[in-house]
Amino acid sequence: MDSEDDFNSSQMSEDDFAQDSDVEIDEGKDAESARSSSCDASDTWTVDSDFDDDVGFESQDKDIKPNKHAYEVDFNVFEPSQIQASQHKQIAEVSSILVQPPEATAILLRHMRWNKERLIDQYMEKPEETLESAGLGQDAATNPPKITKIQGFCCDICCEDGPELDTFAMRCGHRFCVDCYRQYLYTKIKDEGEAARIRCPGDKCNRVVDSKSLDLLVGDDLHDRYQELLTRTYVDDKEKLRWCPAPNCVYAVECAVKDRELPRVVPTVHCDCGHYFCFGCSLNDHQPAPCSLVKRWLKKCEDDSETANWISANTKECPKCHSTIEKNGGCNHMTCRKCRNEFCWMCMGLWSEHGTSWYNCNRFEEKSGSEARDAQAKSRQSLERYLHYYNRYANHEQSAKLDKDIYLKTEKKMQQLQSSTGMSWIEVQYLDTASHALQQCRQTLKWTYAFAYYLARNNLTEIFEDNQKDLEMAVENLSEMFEKPIDQLQGLKVDMMDKTAYCNKRRIILLNDTAENLKQGNWEFNVALS
Amino acid sequence: MAALPKRIVKETERLSKEPVPGISAVPHDDNLRYFDVTIDGPSQSPYEGGLFRLELFLPDDYPMTPPKVRFLTKIYHPNIDRLGRICLDVLKSNWSPALQIRTILLSIQALLGAPNPDDPLANDVAQAWKEDQSKAIETAKQWTAQHAARPTA
Ligand SMILES: [Zn+2]
Ligand SMILES: [Zn+2]
Ligand SMILES: [Zn+2]
Ligand SMILES: [Zn+2]
Ligand SMILES: [Zn+2]
Ligand SMILES: [Zn+2]
Repeated sequence: MDSEDDFNSSQMSEDDFAQDSDVEIDEGKDAESARSSSCDASDTWTVDSDFDDDVGFESQDKDIKPNKHAYEVDFNVFEPSQIQASQHKQIAEVSSILVQPPEATAILLRHMRWNKERLIDQYMEKPEETLESAGLGQDAATNPPKITKIQGFCCDICCEDGPELDTFAMRCGHRFCVDCYRQYLYTKIKDEGEAARIRCPGDKCNRVVDSKSLDLLVGDDLHDRYQELLTRTYVDDKEKLRWCPAPNCVYAVECAVKDRELPRVVPTVHCDCGHYFCFGCSLNDHQPAPCSLVKRWLKKCEDDSETANWISANTKECPKCHSTIEKNGGCNHMTCRKCRNEFCWMCMGLWSEHGTSWYNCNRFEEKSGSEARDAQAKSRQSLERYLHYYNRYANHEQSAKLDKDIYLKTEKKMQQLQSSTGMSWIEVQYLDTASHALQQCRQTLKWTYAFAYYLARNNLTEIFEDNQKDLEMAVENLSEMFEKPIDQLQGLKVDMMDKTAYCNKRRIILLNDTAENLKQGNWEFNVALS
Repeated sequence: MAALPKRIVKETERLSKEPVPGISAVPHDDNLRYFDVTIDGPSQSPYEGGLFRLELFLPDDYPMTPPKVRFLTKIYHPNIDRLGRICLDVLKSNWSPALQIRTILLSIQALLGAPNPDDPLANDVAQAWKEDQSKAIETAKQWTAQHAARPTA
């Protein structure tokens, strides 16, 4: 199925709008500014703040986000240069604690997958072993790496020799000619995408090539690629950092929500490129449904959706093995292809109990039949239940696309209107804002149905369903407005802005309610949240 | 064809002048990067008495990348699949440009002497090996007799 939302979120600047426009959009505006502040948090990040420090970034965010909603999480967006700077900062810090040169410290940190506490502990306890296991061996500080000519040397890789041959070896002593060493690094970095843990070319040598040696041996072209790869490894190694999954986006997002917290929180983050995604699973924003339900739901849809409709009309399940059987003729005598069970299509009873009245089933009361019918009804019921939620889920997905199409057409016409009437750009921005709100609300609504499918009834579900209904109504009302003829649109501006604000408000209410109850463990689900 | 790198020339020379016991590697006349290889099944192993044929190819970027080696003789072994591909660390992540054809072939010979079902390439064979080792060894012996018999001179 096509549940992949396009990355439509290169979101026009609704934030700019909220700030620039002088129109009051009560609660809706609140929501916008709260969210934009959580997005702008990254702007205030400086190289000096250690975003690795738990305490550091919590206290940092406190002053920036005065009224965060229950469904929002703290996060920061980083661009590549910031990620590099933060690596440097940590290297410098740990370097002074361990009294090791930065090159060696960098290797140690990468070796420990950037867990600096563990590195410091381990180093303090067993410095020699720690250095050894990271491939650093003894006295990395004393002799800087250098290229030398050696009498009577023969390179094991190319078999060249001669007194003019430039050679290189790290402290492990595995010496090769510079050309071979260079080509080796080239192959590793360029072809194999290795960087953080490139080992000495010597057989079975675990020494890792440090960045000083690398600087000495490779040119600028390779050096850039090397840095890029190091940064990539850094983000991959850090539990709190994740790349934005939008195509071609170079930003990484930092968020403190840990995997084990995912049953209690849905950490949607907003990248500076405009994309909203879940920090827990990297899928598109799926609030209010927790990650594990989303995974389950998508899997189920993949398995069931295409055929579910057809199945419900044309098939029944074998009463014995429950495989699906299609009736394609008039005869009621069914034989299951899988288990060879023979049964009657009409009453689901054993065929053997039908005697000779083959084409005229009158055995509706037979025990085997009534039990099978119960089971059948049950499985029908569960299928119908699924379809109930799935159809609504799919409908919002589909509608979001239609809404967007209409909006794009409208936008074109508005541009024409703009040039013919001399209206300013800012005056038609409300359409943009409305369209964006519509997309976002539908996205939320869509996932409320997956959420509801797994929700077991308790006294909270009614409130949830009311919220869902209210949001749905608000969305449909706004959606309708886009179908109005273009010449009426301008007159409906205030109305449309009101409806947009109302949609946003309903969405926030619903998300706050679901998030708060999720955090407190008040929801009961009919599956386990893993 | 580009001139053969000095390294390959030297390796080839040494392979013929000081051959490794139980292993032969002879380059094709028309392609000096392509070798016909035979390995004797190690004694005390289910492959004892067998003569296994392999092909070995040195890619353009050899020795920066490892040689490509494949069994041509059918063999029942948890680390060798039906296509004769070999699961051996030195042919992959643990390759070092300081390694040579002879060291690689020695490693393959050693692998015949010490199958490792915990790092399998042929999953079904590895499974059989773990479930009933003596039966798997019996099968390996049968395959050796059937497919790796020496040509009667
Ligand atoms: Zn070395
Ligand atoms: Zn060399
Ligand atoms: Zn992004
Ligand atoms: Zn998720
Ligand atoms: Zn059946
Ligand atoms: Zn019947």
